[in-house]
Amino acid sequence: MHAAVVVFPGSNCDRDMKVAFEDAGAKVSMVWHKDTEIPAGVDVVGVPGGFSFGDYLRCGAIAANSPICRAVKSHADRGGYVLGICNGFQVLCETGLLPGTLLRNAKLKYICKAIDLKVETSESAYTSGYAEGDAITIPIAHHDGNFFADPDTLAGLESDRRVAFRYVDNPNGSLNDIAGILSENRRVLGMMPHPERMADPVHGNTEGRVLFDSLIGSLQTA
Amino acid sequence: MKARVHVMLKNGVLDPQGEAVRHALGSLGFDGVEGVRQGKVIELDLTETDKDKAEARVKDMCEKLLANTVIESYSVEIA
Repeated sequence: MHAAVVVFPGSNCDRDMKVAFEDAGAKVSMVWHKDTEIPAGVDVVGVPGGFSFGDYLRCGAIAANSPICRAVKSHADRGGYVLGICNGFQVLCETGLLPGTLLRNAKLKYICKAIDLKVETSESAYTSGYAEGDAITIPIAHHDGNFFADPDTLAGLESDRRVAFRYVDNPNGSLNDIAGILSENRRVLGMMPHPERMADPVHGNTEGRVLFDSLIGSLQTA
Repeated sequence: MKARVHVMLKNGVLDPQGEAVRHALGSLGFDGVEGVRQGKVIELDLTETDKDKAEARVKDMCEKLLANTVIESYSVEIA
């Protein structure tokens, strides 16, 4: 199992993501935003949290047009797995790999705290280790996490059961309390909360680690 | 040739920053402000000298980078 973690100028969760992948049993390569290819044999690409390119223009907009993101898109088009966390989710929305976008938090505050999430579907490699309806506690740390999509897109996400996680107590104004969504083939996941920050006993709990274990486990048996 | 791009949130997309500005104006005593929408202005210096070509090119830039058409609309002025 081979994972790659993309590093942009301003990424700051890239090494945490690497550790989470490694703890789940993956070999990890770090790839730089100027790289034009994902290393051969990579099963999953992680797009980490942070403030890529200083959040200039719009969060994730410049990163989404960087050379490595063209390679990430091709990887996804080939059926590869892509996990975008926080700024990574914003980048995936900007690339068009996931629908919708993340607006400024409704109350205009940067929010950094552990929040409760409900697992909405276990039908994905990322969430197969959870049971539907599980309540888990994972930290968020963002200023722009207010998920928005037009009504048709939103209805499609719901009817296809592509909402992976929902906030129990919506912190940011996201439509339908959405915290994370899957692509149509369920191989691309974007989420604002940080599972890599609840992946080791010293973090307080390991409810985020389940996501990495499920993913690496599913890919190893596939 | 210069181009000026206005990027605005589409109608129906909540603009909490605009709302915060509206509240602040109210507390400064500027009553009668029913709504505030905040956008961006982006100025470009172009080498292109043909107005139509410049406009087409800037629109392409808007679609690909300058605006997120999921939530934003844009308009282009060529001067």
